[in-house]
Amino acid sequence: MVKEEQEESPNRPDNTAFTQQRLPAWQPILSASIVIPMFVLIGAAFIGVGVALFIASRDIQLQELDYTGDDSAHPCYKCRSSTEKCTCSMTFSIPNLFKGPVFFYYGLTNYFQNQRKYGASKDDNQLYGDLDYFKDPSSSCDPYTRDSRNIPIVPCGALANSMFNDTFSLSHVVNGTQKIVPLNGKGIAWWTDYNVKFRNPSVTPLINAFNGTKKPTNWPKPIYELDTTDVYNNGFINQDFLVWMRRAALPDFRKLYRRITHDDYVNGLPAGNYTLTIEYNYPVYSFNGRKKVVLSNVSWMGGKNDFLGIAYIVVGSMCVVMSIVMLIVYAKFKFAEDD
Amino acid sequence: MGMDFSTLRTLISRYCAGEENCVDTRTVYIGHKEPPPGAEAFIQQRFPDNRIISSKYTFWNFIPKNMFEQFRRVANFYFLIIFLVQLIIDTPTSPVTSGLPLFFVIIVTAIKQGYEDWLRHKADKAVNQCLVQVVQHGKLSRKHSRKLTVGDVVYVKEDESFPCDLILLSSSRDDGTCYVTTASLDGESSHKTYHAVQDTKAYKTEEEVNCIHATIDCEQPQPDLYKFRGNINIYMGNEPVSRSLASQNLLLRGATLKNTEYIYGVAIYTGMETKMALNYQSKSQKRSAVEKSMNAYLVVYLCILISKAVINTALKYVWQADPNRDEPWYNEKTESERQRHVLIRVFTDFLAFMVLFNYIIPVSMYVTVEMQKFLGSYFIMWDDEMFDKELGERAVVNTSDLNEELGQVEYVFTDKTGTLTENNMEFIECCVDGNVYVPHIICNGQVMPGAAGIDMIDTSPGPEAREREELFFRALCLCHTVQVKEEETVDGIKHGIHQGKSSSFYISSSPDEVALVEGMKRLGFTYLRLKEGQMEILNREDEIERFELLEVLTFDSVRRRMSVIVRSSTGELYLFCKGADSSIFPRVVSGKVEQIKARVERNAVEGLRTLCVAYRRLSPEQYEQVCHLLTRAKLEFQDQDKLVAEAYDLIERDLILLGATAVEDRLQEKAADTIESLHKAGMKVWVLTGDKMETAAATCYASKLFRRSTQILELTTKRTEEQSLHDVLFELSRTVLRHYGSMTRDASSGLSSEYIDYGLIIDGATLSAVMRPSQEDSNSGNYKEIFLEICRNCSAVLCCRMAPLQKAQIVKMIKSSKEHPITLAVGDGANDVSMILEAHVGIGIMGKEGRQAVRNSDYAIPKFKHLKKMLLVHGHYYYIRISELVQYFFYKNVCFIFPQFLYQFFCGFSQQPLYDTAYLTLYNISFTSLPILLYSLMEQHINIDILKKEPTLYRDIAKNSLLTWPIFIYWTVLGVYDAIVMFFGVYFLFNNTTFTSNGQMFGNWTFGTLVFTVLVFTVTFKLVLDTHYWTWINHFVIWGSLVFFVVFSLLWGGIIWPFLNYQRMYYVFMQMLSSGPAWLSIILLITASLLPDVVKKVFWRALWPTNTERIQSADKLYKGQLSEFTPLAALHPPPRTGDHQRGSGTQRNPRRSETPNKKIMFTRWQRAPDYRTFTPLLRFTDGSRHPRPGNAYNGAGPETSV
Repeated sequence: MVKEEQEESPNRPDNTAFTQQRLPAWQPILSASIVIPMFVLIGAAFIGVGVALFIASRDIQLQELDYTGDDSAHPCYKCRSSTEKCTCSMTFSIPNLFKGPVFFYYGLTNYFQNQRKYGASKDDNQLYGDLDYFKDPSSSCDPYTRDSRNIPIVPCGALANSMFNDTFSLSHVVNGTQKIVPLNGKGIAWWTDYNVKFRNPSVTPLINAFNGTKKPTNWPKPIYELDTTDVYNNGFINQDFLVWMRRAALPDFRKLYRRITHDDYVNGLPAGNYTLTIEYNYPVYSFNGRKKVVLSNVSWMGGKNDFLGIAYIVVGSMCVVMSIVMLIVYAKFKFAEDD
Repeated sequence: MGMDFSTLRTLISRYCAGEENCVDTRTVYIGHKEPPPGAEAFIQQRFPDNRIISSKYTFWNFIPKNMFEQFRRVANFYFLIIFLVQLIIDTPTSPVTSGLPLFFVIIVTAIKQGYEDWLRHKADKAVNQCLVQVVQHGKLSRKHSRKLTVGDVVYVKEDESFPCDLILLSSSRDDGTCYVTTASLDGESSHKTYHAVQDTKAYKTEEEVNCIHATIDCEQPQPDLYKFRGNINIYMGNEPVSRSLASQNLLLRGATLKNTEYIYGVAIYTGMETKMALNYQSKSQKRSAVEKSMNAYLVVYLCILISKAVINTALKYVWQADPNRDEPWYNEKTESERQRHVLIRVFTDFLAFMVLFNYIIPVSMYVTVEMQKFLGSYFIMWDDEMFDKELGERAVVNTSDLNEELGQVEYVFTDKTGTLTENNMEFIECCVDGNVYVPHIICNGQVMPGAAGIDMIDTSPGPEAREREELFFRALCLCHTVQVKEEETVDGIKHGIHQGKSSSFYISSSPDEVALVEGMKRLGFTYLRLKEGQMEILNREDEIERFELLEVLTFDSVRRRMSVIVRSSTGELYLFCKGADSSIFPRVVSGKVEQIKARVERNAVEGLRTLCVAYRRLSPEQYEQVCHLLTRAKLEFQDQDKLVAEAYDLIERDLILLGATAVEDRLQEKAADTIESLHKAGMKVWVLTGDKMETAAATCYASKLFRRSTQILELTTKRTEEQSLHDVLFELSRTVLRHYGSMTRDASSGLSSEYIDYGLIIDGATLSAVMRPSQEDSNSGNYKEIFLEICRNCSAVLCCRMAPLQKAQIVKMIKSSKEHPITLAVGDGANDVSMILEAHVGIGIMGKEGRQAVRNSDYAIPKFKHLKKMLLVHGHYYYIRISELVQYFFYKNVCFIFPQFLYQFFCGFSQQPLYDTAYLTLYNISFTSLPILLYSLMEQHINIDILKKEPTLYRDIAKNSLLTWPIFIYWTVLGVYDAIVMFFGVYFLFNNTTFTSNGQMFGNWTFGTLVFTVLVFTVTFKLVLDTHYWTWINHFVIWGSLVFFVVFSLLWGGIIWPFLNYQRMYYVFMQMLSSGPAWLSIILLITASLLPDVVKKVFWRALWPTNTERIQSADKLYKGQLSEFTPLAALHPPPRTGDHQRGSGTQRNPRRSETPNKKIMFTRWQRAPDYRTFTPLLRFTDGSRHPRPGNAYNGAGPETSV
């Protein structure tokens, strides 16, 4: 009989768990009894993490030096409107040991590296060392593609053209004499940028690759002369250039300039007075920008940032508070329902 | 030449004078013969051929028409515009990101629609190619149906259906009549008689027919099936004879010739002009309520989008007022940009912002919704519970667009014949003097073979009782208008009937009569035939008794009874009368009235159609008098009807009650259960039928549409004849409103058992009066409103005597009433097509009456009972699923795009995208699409069994309750909150600090990627929180899509992609993951984003749980066994009194299951009949405890009249 029936109805749907929507399933309910303990656990964990983060952040030392020079009393005031090469210096003191490794940052504010046109104004193929694009840069670089005589600019584009060109030196005042603190410029850019994404054209000497091209208009010297002392820090793979080319996300940003890792300063900057000497080139006054130098060390969780720790504590406490409120409500209504 | 001119003239008059002058009559030349000269100006009108076209496109216009249709959809048009904008202006994102999905959607939809139209073409072709026989030059020749033209003389054989609308010329019968069933047109399966005009009925062969020289003048086609007026002019000799034609001469396309060997007819309306075609409505695309909500949300989001773009554009120009911001030295503009007019700059900036934010309206939502609907509909087709073994059919989905609408139905319009009932009358029992007789055991509607004679009758009644009993049987054998359909067998008629084989059978315009006569046959008395005025009966002893039929007092709906006067072979004169109890009892002078009355009432409760039988012996003098009365009445021409009625009234009196009968129009299996479930689910069920009121009312009682406690309001021709329509309407509305006014309304206890529910009966004529637009009376404009108000307060409405188009009108009226309820129409015949097309959801039943309903429906199911699962389970699921799908899609796109909006404030309004192009494109297509698609296919918030068991859960989702504005706003606010948490969380984290222990800084793409990572996880976890039904597929897809995102990001950033001209994402993701704080912030931000939603869910569940949530919790408690043993009603918020439970207890009395009981239910007349020993009767007494409203429709039980 059964066999017959099966033969009778070829139209009969497949009787499987899937087609009949009866697959075995786990059916959790987000009810108070699960959520309350979960919240307590999460809350406790978050508060723990938050406290740890907060303490770590507290321990980080930070030294900020604004050298914009908009105040006439500021040593750099004179350089603000100077067209000549201008140097100014600032002194500061460090009360106790600034634990190393110390990172030397420069910071700009009100500077929109994240403008769309600005950010797109470069030619990745050029920067990858493709000589075809030296002759004919991408139009995305406009108006920094060619100079007034229609000679292609390498590296083209607004981003490269506006490369930060202040230079700094730091000296430690030891017994009244200035002792230069050695600054390490290696490893300040992403490893992948340095090794993969940016490449010099495989032409030696490098200068030959740039025949028939012009340097960016704002640059004092062409790209192949950025660091004449070190072949591996010259051209497109110059670390300062790479750092600049990685656009900042926000208009107030910091970029890593150097690390202090050598000689007597391996363990950090000892307490004492320091002089920062600035070769002041980069104009920020026109757009109300500010420039600063920041010295900072890091902890296991990166640079100084109280936010993350506080946020963890806040969210953790919220969880705990909510679980208590839920418990009260739940108890009240559970009993009411049981009646 | 003359022909040419006339054609030209017709053409000119047609096309120049426009539509309105269209001649209001047409002249048809039978056999295309010109009338004799001088008769009239010969103008050949042009008529369409007999082609039926239901397809929408042709091969040539498919592409332009389909494209036009598709781009009429707001969403498609919007995406097209965005795509074009991206092509034209310099925008932050590439045109591919919106062009590709749009192209995909358009192509897929076009293919789907093209395929559907191809199927329609095929169906049309099958109909149009079908062969018909036509008389040409005195010979029969075959023609394709589509080539038939007006004026052709068509030959139709028995059981064939008419290929177009025909005027009957002659038939194989001498009297020029033929029998026709119009089941597929209006649902009446009874045989109707049609007449040929006297002057043509004698032409019976093709040669003779060819000689007919006549023209027909008739009106232009109109959709009313029952209306036709025309004239036929027959040219015989010099003077044309003119006869009038009415609907009884018109054979309609779709009707079938029965019990007549052949007919000749002339085609007058062909093709799309036939009444059947005119009753079809063009199949317009239906849109579900969800789609409407979706479009409303779309508009809101469009506004949000535009305002975002406007705000950003405005702020950009405010911000840029300082030239050093507009053009700082490090970011100069090109010369052409500088010279561009400021307005153009503003406009392009605006467009660029639009393009940047356009992802807030995701094209992929439409793709996902389409896919969800298409794939989801397979669960309907796959459903084994909706498979019918007898028919070997499963549910069919014709339009998957409406799946979720099945969960939103508020009004169910159902056909009766073939939908609620099996369209199969059956004699159940009779009661003679209080003794109950039941014929052979009935099993599945078929008489068990082999069981002979009478089962239930005690063979030793007293002689007097026996005489009564036989008289009763004879009465039923004689008092009817049944004809015997004779099959041509060698042994003749007698043999056929006697053997009980189906070689010959009864036909009648009333299926009840057939059932009665057949029932009598099973009780031993067989009606053989009417021959030369003699009715022949074969009695129990196999003797033929002959009665001379003297008079038939025909049935009419006012008297609700019919009588015959016969003379037996012994010369005795009898008047036999049968009719509705209400019309018989007052005329009865003796007989066991009380017992029979009790039995009749009991049967009525059971939903049986009851008739009472009485007789009167006439003396020859009395008969003289009767004859005198009748002949006088019939001679009178004026007031004939009235006089005849008076005569009947005088004749049918002083009756002696014999007994009562009970006939059942068998309901479809579980029809009552289904209707009850629909009622409980909060739906209003209307029965729309072409059938007569009494029959329909009986079915309504049987199917529990009306209950014993239902107070019936009548709005019928009968009543409006007594009072004006105006008064009746106002009285009814007063009745209804008074009750509701006094009632304390408790919205949550929606079950009707608490208060009296009303049922309304209305017939077609009254309905058209109600709906007629107001002319003279200023008040009458309100009729419709009053009528709607009455209907709104009735839980069940019965509309009888409906023309197909009227059914559609009713549906339309309810649809367009001010609440705009969602309607569902279910039917099985061609007569239901118009309402199926009109309703929001049309369901076809795969019945006996052809496939038209199925073809035109949105969904087709084998049986009415499948409607329950269709609505309560599938509809519920689809609605829950799609509403989550829609809300979730908008939510995730707010989360997606709002950070991008916020970012503009920090990047100088420069349209800098926050996310990489790959992320922008793939977010909706792959990272977050599959989990929600799977959710929307698999989610079951409540188990199938519970949904079926507890129809009230359907109320939880009624009125589009999951897509209301508050919920939508909640989701949107949640999205905005999440976006703010994500964006500013990352913002503060990035605030001038390093993430890594090597002191390196991250750039803008890391910023965006971090936001995006948090986004993808948050949005997916939100779905995790909402998913209640975790099968392995859900696990696989949810976790799989997160893994996919990570793997994709690793890959995308892990390689220098040679085809890209930028490498901005290179190693960004991996660098990010190498930083501890990034991990910590991802965890933190996800938690912070989800926190409020979890808290809200928990609080709402604890404080204001919905029914659904209560049942979920209870189900959890019982570990999924809930559906098996818990009385779910107890879980409902307001603890109801036992009323409800008692209600459901009494409702569950499937009559069929009592049949075994019936077997042992024999006549107990010898002993004192103690009805209380019978279980069914006990139930009856139990049921009678229900309060019966005093002013209820008299004899609320089903009454049958013949």
